[in-house]
Amino acid sequence: MEPLMAYVVGGLFAASIYMILRRSIVKLVIGLILLSNAANLLIFTASGLTRGAPPLIPEGAQFPDPMPAADPLPQALILTAIVIAFGVLAFAVVLINRAYEILGVDDLDLMKETDA
Amino acid sequence: MSVLLILMLPFVGILLPPLLQRQGRLAATLGAGIPTLLAFGLLMSLGPSVLAGEVLLASREWVPAMGLTAGLRVDGLGFLFATMTLGIGLLVITYAHFYMKKDDPLGRFYAYLLLFMGAMLGIVLSENVLLMALFWEITSLSSFLLIGYSSHDSEARRGARMALAITGLGGFCLFAGLVVLGQIAGSYELSVILASGDLITSHDWYVPMLVLVLLGAFTKSAQFPFHFWLPNAMKAPTPVSAYLHSATMVKAGVFLLARLHPALAGTSPWFFLVGGVGIATMFFAAYVAFYRHDLKGLLAYSTISHLGLITALFGFGTAGAAVVGVFHIMNHAAFKASLFMTAGIIDHQTGTRDIRILGGLRKAMPFTMVLALLGSAAMAGIPLFNGFISKELFLKETLDLPLMAGAPWVFPVVATAGALFSMAYSVRLVHGVFFKDPTEKTPKEARDPSMGMLVPVGILVAICVIVGIAAEQTAGPLLAAAAGSTVGGELPYYSLSLWHGFTLELLMSAIAIGGGVVLYLQRARLYEIADRWPQLTGQMAFEKVQGLILSFAEGLTARLENGSLQRYIVLLLGMALVAGALPFLEHGFVTGTAELTPTNPVAIAVWALLVVATLATVFTHRSRITAIICLSVVGLLISIIFVYLSAPDLALTQLSVEVVTILLLLLALFVLPKVAPPESSTLRKIRDATLAAIGGAGMGLISWAVMTRPQDSISDYYLENATYPVGGGTNVVNVILVDFRGFDTLGEVAVLVLAAFGVYTMLRYARHTHVEGVDDMASDRYPVVLVSVSRPLLALILLMALYIFLRGHYLPGGGFIGGLVASVALILQYLASGIDWAKERMGVSFRYVAVAGVLLATLSGGAAFLVEQPFLTMTLLGLKIPLVGEIDYVMTLLFDLGIFLAVVGGTMTILSQLSHMQEDREPFDEEARAKETDPWKP
Repeated sequence: MEPLMAYVVGGLFAASIYMILRRSIVKLVIGLILLSNAANLLIFTASGLTRGAPPLIPEGAQFPDPMPAADPLPQALILTAIVIAFGVLAFAVVLINRAYEILGVDDLDLMKETDA
Repeated sequence: MSVLLILMLPFVGILLPPLLQRQGRLAATLGAGIPTLLAFGLLMSLGPSVLAGEVLLASREWVPAMGLTAGLRVDGLGFLFATMTLGIGLLVITYAHFYMKKDDPLGRFYAYLLLFMGAMLGIVLSENVLLMALFWEITSLSSFLLIGYSSHDSEARRGARMALAITGLGGFCLFAGLVVLGQIAGSYELSVILASGDLITSHDWYVPMLVLVLLGAFTKSAQFPFHFWLPNAMKAPTPVSAYLHSATMVKAGVFLLARLHPALAGTSPWFFLVGGVGIATMFFAAYVAFYRHDLKGLLAYSTISHLGLITALFGFGTAGAAVVGVFHIMNHAAFKASLFMTAGIIDHQTGTRDIRILGGLRKAMPFTMVLALLGSAAMAGIPLFNGFISKELFLKETLDLPLMAGAPWVFPVVATAGALFSMAYSVRLVHGVFFKDPTEKTPKEARDPSMGMLVPVGILVAICVIVGIAAEQTAGPLLAAAAGSTVGGELPYYSLSLWHGFTLELLMSAIAIGGGVVLYLQRARLYEIADRWPQLTGQMAFEKVQGLILSFAEGLTARLENGSLQRYIVLLLGMALVAGALPFLEHGFVTGTAELTPTNPVAIAVWALLVVATLATVFTHRSRITAIICLSVVGLLISIIFVYLSAPDLALTQLSVEVVTILLLLLALFVLPKVAPPESSTLRKIRDATLAAIGGAGMGLISWAVMTRPQDSISDYYLENATYPVGGGTNVVNVILVDFRGFDTLGEVAVLVLAAFGVYTMLRYARHTHVEGVDDMASDRYPVVLVSVSRPLLALILLMALYIFLRGHYLPGGGFIGGLVASVALILQYLASGIDWAKERMGVSFRYVAVAGVLLATLSGGAAFLVEQPFLTMTLLGLKIPLVGEIDYVMTLLFDLGIFLAVVGGTMTILSQLSHMQEDREPFDEEARAKETDPWKP
């Protein structure tokens, strides 16, 4: 599994970087989404890959040491990151939209004036 | 306890004037006056014990790791300054009520004033020097607000900026100096520092530390060469000048000298730095004051001169001189505050402060004339006024300086010359305004003001006269207490009596008084000479430096920024790649030895699909919709990976976020440009692809390197304690979110809500006007099937959201996921039945829901305070709910409910606002459609 995941993380980062560097606004936005996915997966893989053992404790059970469950901490971090990525994405989209409307420029290379 | 209350009262009172403003001016004034009066009363109740020589200490730990305690100290010196701060504060509040114009927002003014007052009290009552530095900064900031109060006036803004720049820079130096001082003494508590004077003065770091501390004191007390901010601050409303520039703000610097006198004074660096700067400032500023034509400008330079006098006295380093310094602080506060207020009265009643225009006001303003005459007499140091005694004692001190044995005449001569100019400008103030013939008509018909403005001045002048006649009987005890804590030991012998016999200092006084009058009579010739001199001031130097810094910053910005977003990203990425590659180059790349997880065909299939979907997203050129659908496939496959690798919570979150993200993108397509810019050149594509390949390969390698190494995680702690004794849940991810790391979670929902509010505000004023015919088009837009299915679905999905939310503590689910699912249910109604239809039925604005969510989460975390636990400690509190059953952790549930509401509110604010945009757009535009030549379109 590990090589596959490493390829996925690398591939998603590469794709997002390429998209962010394009001049089209929509591609930039797509790149941002890919970037957040890539970052989440990177953090997720950092705690190792565990199959079939979600961090749920059966009622009344005592776990042996070490725990056979997946690491819950990165999961908690990523969970909030996913939701925040949505908020930030919305903010970015609207910000870019405002810039586009006020400046009348849709080429990111040319978005340089700060006054309308 | 009451010490803390005295300090808190002004800060608490800040809210009152702005709130009471609507009830009228009087209410605002009372709102400022009553907390001040209460604090003053409380302070007076401490008087007997402080005057008896007691030091009242009150201390609480704050940040023990940094040596920061919230320690307060009331000793004689602090008591004297607190009395001046609150007492003169009360007079200024009264005076300002009558002085300020009818349409001035008094609430804001008094709020600033109380903030300043509280900060000043903090400086003089702090036991911990770091705490003192904190309040020191607040005085700089609040004085900026006060000086720039007339914010429409560019001169006022400039003056405020200059004051902030100078005193703020001084504040940094002071802070650094105090840190060094604390390190030398081994404690930041004044009690320790004041007791270790020998250790400090013999330390290697003594001189650098002294210079830093003195920079703080000199900038604040406007000592040469940092004096120029004070005259420029005269654009402040006069009550502010009377308060800040006589009794408080500028006195903070000399307070510091007095406060640290036992620990730092008595060495030759101290003598030459403090005494030298003080005496030079005293003479120089008195000289300049004589040439000022603006009443407040004259008083400003006079203040600088008197501060120089006080600084010099502390600089002499002897106990006797320090006593006189404290005495002059009291006297100067009284007469200078009264004179500033008098200047304000003259300005208020005549419309000008220019001495060249004014004249002959004695007939029109007799009361004001008497008060100004008495105040100026005190300032000039005429016998029978308080200024005389302290000046006389000052002159006596200059005669006996062991460190100046080589040139004993220097200090007495300079001091006498300064006193001479002091007399001259005092005469000028009184004669020029009230007696000489007016040169032109004043803008307003002059007459005495209302009693409200005269009474505060009268009180101050009365103090000057009474102390001048019977100093020992009136000011004696307070002076003894204050000087006692300044000297830090036995008080030397001193006498406050008026008559000491025919002494050398009496002769010097006589020369100063007589010479001052002569100088004034020769003024016409002197002004002529002064006009011929070139003008070179500290202010010019300041502005020159400021200009240089600004142009440097502008040049740098212009060189770095060419306006292309992509260029910045390339630069940033390039830097990141270099920084990321360095460790690889240095240490090489080593794969870990951990055992790999076996792969199976399902995993390979998902992996292959993911690769295809990613490639498709990147290389789709035909349509934006297709690209977005490919993107959502990527998201869905990632959620499958989460399921496969034991992260059900993540899978659920990813899935529901994917839905709202796609909705967001579809809505955004309407507002984003439909025509793509021309494609980049091949060269640029190659450059970007190279960057992307290197970046991707790097991240993949990092991921690989981490995965193949053994894991050692702190998560075992979470797994062990999630159920008992801490969390009380079986879903460890959720327990981490709402309990172990609840503070993170709170911050993160706050970010989401802030982003939502950002979206809301940006789009709020960006509505597009309706175009004719929109309503006709809108009527048949909503498909019947979707409408009829979505409505019953609403209840079902909401119920499911509730279920997911409630079970979250034990099984996958919780506030985040439940909130997202609920948002999907709600937004479906918008899509199916239209904004107007849905909005009518929602009943509540989602912005309020979002705020309520954050508030609920914060409050449920704050509930821990009730049982004296740290913020967000989720305590066991059982509650039985019918049908649901018993809930052990009510606070946890409430916190999660807050997250739920914040997520629903935030997401819905974003989506509904965006769909509003779309609704308001023109639905169909022939011309725009015709322009869409590019295939990259919706």
